[in-house]
Amino acid sequence: MLSKRLISCLDVRDGRLVKSVRFVNTKDIGDPVSAARRYYEAGLDELVFYDITASSDQRDIMLDVVEDVARQVFIPFSVGGGLRSVEDCRRVLGAGAEKVNLNTAAVADPDVISEVADAFGVQAVVLSMDVKASPAASIPSGYEIVTHGGRRNTGMDAIEWARRGEALGAGEIVVNSIDADGTLEGYELTLTRMIAGTVGIPVIASGGGGRPEHLCDALTAGGADAALVASMLHYGHYSVGSIKQFLHDQGLKIRMTGQ
Amino acid sequence: MIHVVDYDAGNQTSVKRALDHLGVASIITSDSEELARAERIIFPGVGHAHSALETLRERGLDVALKSAGARGIPILGICVGCQILLSGSEETDLPCLDLIGGRCLRFRPDDPDLKVPHMGWNELCASHGHPVLRHLRPGDEVYFVHSYYPAPGDERDVLATSRYGVEFAAVIGRENIVATQFHVEKSGPVGLKILGEFARWDGDAC
Repeated sequence: MLSKRLISCLDVRDGRLVKSVRFVNTKDIGDPVSAARRYYEAGLDELVFYDITASSDQRDIMLDVVEDVARQVFIPFSVGGGLRSVEDCRRVLGAGAEKVNLNTAAVADPDVISEVADAFGVQAVVLSMDVKASPAASIPSGYEIVTHGGRRNTGMDAIEWARRGEALGAGEIVVNSIDADGTLEGYELTLTRMIAGTVGIPVIASGGGGRPEHLCDALTAGGADAALVASMLHYGHYSVGSIKQFLHDQGLKIRMTGQ
Repeated sequence: MIHVVDYDAGNQTSVKRALDHLGVASIITSDSEELARAERIIFPGVGHAHSALETLRERGLDVALKSAGARGIPILGICVGCQILLSGSEETDLPCLDLIGGRCLRFRPDDPDLKVPHMGWNELCASHGHPVLRHLRPGDEVYFVHSYYPAPGDERDVLATSRYGVEFAAVIGRENIVATQFHVEKSGPVGLKILGEFARWDGDAC
């Protein structure tokens, strides 16, 4: 039986690990490579690196980070942020990542999803969607796709976008609630459940995880296959082992590494 | 020295990095003549069996792998590299390498909650005490990403199983050949141990 996955998201800016609340007020909280190795050794299932480097001429720093991680960490990891083309993705995958996260670039040009899937296989393509609750009549599900950290509305319905992303060749979907992100008050369960019920590919809950109970909710009531955590681990409030033990004790199928 | 076969199927660099980490010397090659002289081969792979087979044929690597199999040197197939060692696959009309009898079948779960591809960590259950799997403990999990699974014709070629709707062969092998459907290079300490044992294995299955 397949285990539910615990994934940690590491935001990287100019080669440093940072944490932002609602994508603003970023804080330097260390070296991404040593954090990745620490989590790997503690039994984490997967990693996501999000490059939030502002200027494109600093992007090569990220490739160095990816290569360093790939030399020391032997679990799957994906990289997102600033990837716009098959060529961008090829560089990141060549440096050692298993998967790429497409977000803004896919909203601007959905065909990039199928181009990347054709080039590297659907298993390499993660569609990352930033979502905000919307009362607009043009958004039937009540959830809208946003970009630029939630500052820009797209007019696209989240359910419709998830369905389209899957059809275009995404192999997984990260559902990131901008409303919940950084609050540590729990994942957006209604949204997560809606997407998980719509697509036939794995769904990763993201944004709002603050306590192990929140992950349990996302993986049961939310219908998610994996849950993404950031602050919970980065600030040392919880360890990989303590989160996994909690989920295991709740009866979820979890990979226990016995370390 | 381990020769890691490069046929544009993705994960040869990850395999080499894992071997580097273990202190095992390896070289990535797409040269069939070099493979003909290899003393130990890893045959990795990600993606589609069909395009993988086409590339292997173009480079003459299919013939080189078959003769390496016949020479009796230890060979490890990984993921698509594992699938192609069988006689055929539901994913392609092209004949596969036929180093192990049997076919690759597609997952067709009755349960709509079981998504395809089968992606993530799942338990391994060893069916034989194969030397490469000797460190495996009950409950050990490894990382899978695949829509097709190997189904050897001879039950004795199934070395370990896993379960996803159906019980399927997760490790197969015959004589000097062993192959994992999962990614040893991305399966944490459990995968690294299997890789380390393969690097030491003399190719004798008993």
